[in-house]
Amino acid sequence: MDPVIQHTILIGMAGLVCGALLALVSHYFAVHEDPTVEALTAALPGINCGGCGYAGCAAYAKAVATENIGLDLCKPGGAETVAKMAAITGRTASAREREVAVVLCNGSRERARQAALYNGVADCAAADLVAGGGKSCRFGCLGFGSCARVCPTGAIEIADSLAVVHPELCIGCGKCTGACPRKLIKLVPESRSIHVLCINRDRGPDVKKVCDVGCIGCTLCSKACNNEGIKMDGFLAVVDYTVPLNSPEIATKCPTKAIAVRPGVKKEAAA
Amino acid sequence: MTELVLLVVGAVLVNNFVLHRFLGICPFLGVSRDIPTALGMSAAVVFVVTCAAAVTWPLQYFVLERFGAGYLQTIAFILVIATFVQLVELVLKKAAPALHRGLGIYLPLITTNCAVLGVTVLSIKKGLNFVESIFFALGAALGFGLALLIFTGMRERIARAYPPRAFQGTAIALVTAGLLSLAFMGFAGLVKL
Repeated sequence: MDPVIQHTILIGMAGLVCGALLALVSHYFAVHEDPTVEALTAALPGINCGGCGYAGCAAYAKAVATENIGLDLCKPGGAETVAKMAAITGRTASAREREVAVVLCNGSRERARQAALYNGVADCAAADLVAGGGKSCRFGCLGFGSCARVCPTGAIEIADSLAVVHPELCIGCGKCTGACPRKLIKLVPESRSIHVLCINRDRGPDVKKVCDVGCIGCTLCSKACNNEGIKMDGFLAVVDYTVPLNSPEIATKCPTKAIAVRPGVKKEAAA
Repeated sequence: MTELVLLVVGAVLVNNFVLHRFLGICPFLGVSRDIPTALGMSAAVVFVVTCAAAVTWPLQYFVLERFGAGYLQTIAFILVIATFVQLVELVLKKAAPALHRGLGIYLPLITTNCAVLGVTVLSIKKGLNFVESIFFALGAALGFGLALLIFTGMRERIARAYPPRAFQGTAIALVTAGLLSLAFMGFAGLVKL
């Protein structure tokens, strides 16, 4: 026989044997998986951010299918995912409001004063250990982007030594809140737009010395809203995110412009 | 015995598959972002390459040579390696789910790793016998793992060192790989084969 034909048959046969072998093995070694787990995994966003507390989307889907775990733990998925998962499992659940991260510091390079030139490892935790990095403020954002590095969606931008969250990209997984050595990042409901961008607890004059836009504890904002919405915690004004606060003009009361109005992705719900 | 040890040392350090032969560069750059991933990939490569050598050696000498079809080596090896990897994945999923979760996503990736094909083809070209070819494959895979782990360690540090903007990412990774390759040239002449 012509060797070309012979060898074509040889390779063809080899392919057939391999295919048959695979078919046989996949038949005898088939693993019967729960179809709801697969459907639930498909319904989840699949970014494996870990915000639900499980190792990834597949692990959460398995937990939902086998144990009585809440359907509303997936923060990136939001209401849509909850509805899909409720349809698959036949359970009822309502979505909680989407949360986005906000960095509670507005002290960029021009606004916050520098105490020293930090030239070490470009990492917030490292800078915090070395006498608190370069900035004078011991509460402020160090700006080396430890939060930006752990963000699975790249929603955090470092500009002028200051981390800023882009709310439209943020999925609310909360990884950055743990990465920040100064605990500056907070998850807030998406519809909230008024934030006190400072966590400096020092007295007013001391804050003034280190930053132009720090909270000096003048209490003007908390008085303007009758101590509801914004409360004083020592020398620091703190937004109470459980109470509705719908007056953007409160930001104009702040003498140091520490209160920011940032329109969220969704418009503020009408009170 | 000494020859086998020399064969392994030669494949790990002197003729390192990544840094000397430039095979398997794709996973070398692709999965070198953090140590756990690199470890998983290395383990999968060691396993697959060693087994692939054990499968392709008989194929070459008992099937292809007998029918005078040695020139079909590449296509036949690819076919057999791909089948073998799929087979292992199916069996692992059933028999050892924990191991499957560990190696899971890396196994299909290796099917197209040119280092696997390179090892099997090279061991035929060198005229090694069956035992020698298995040890050669083991050494080659360990060498791949060693290079990958060293490189990953360096990349983890580079990620925190802020290189100039134009060098960030793949550019500095390739420069690092080149320097690492130069460093491994120091092993040249350690083993004469």
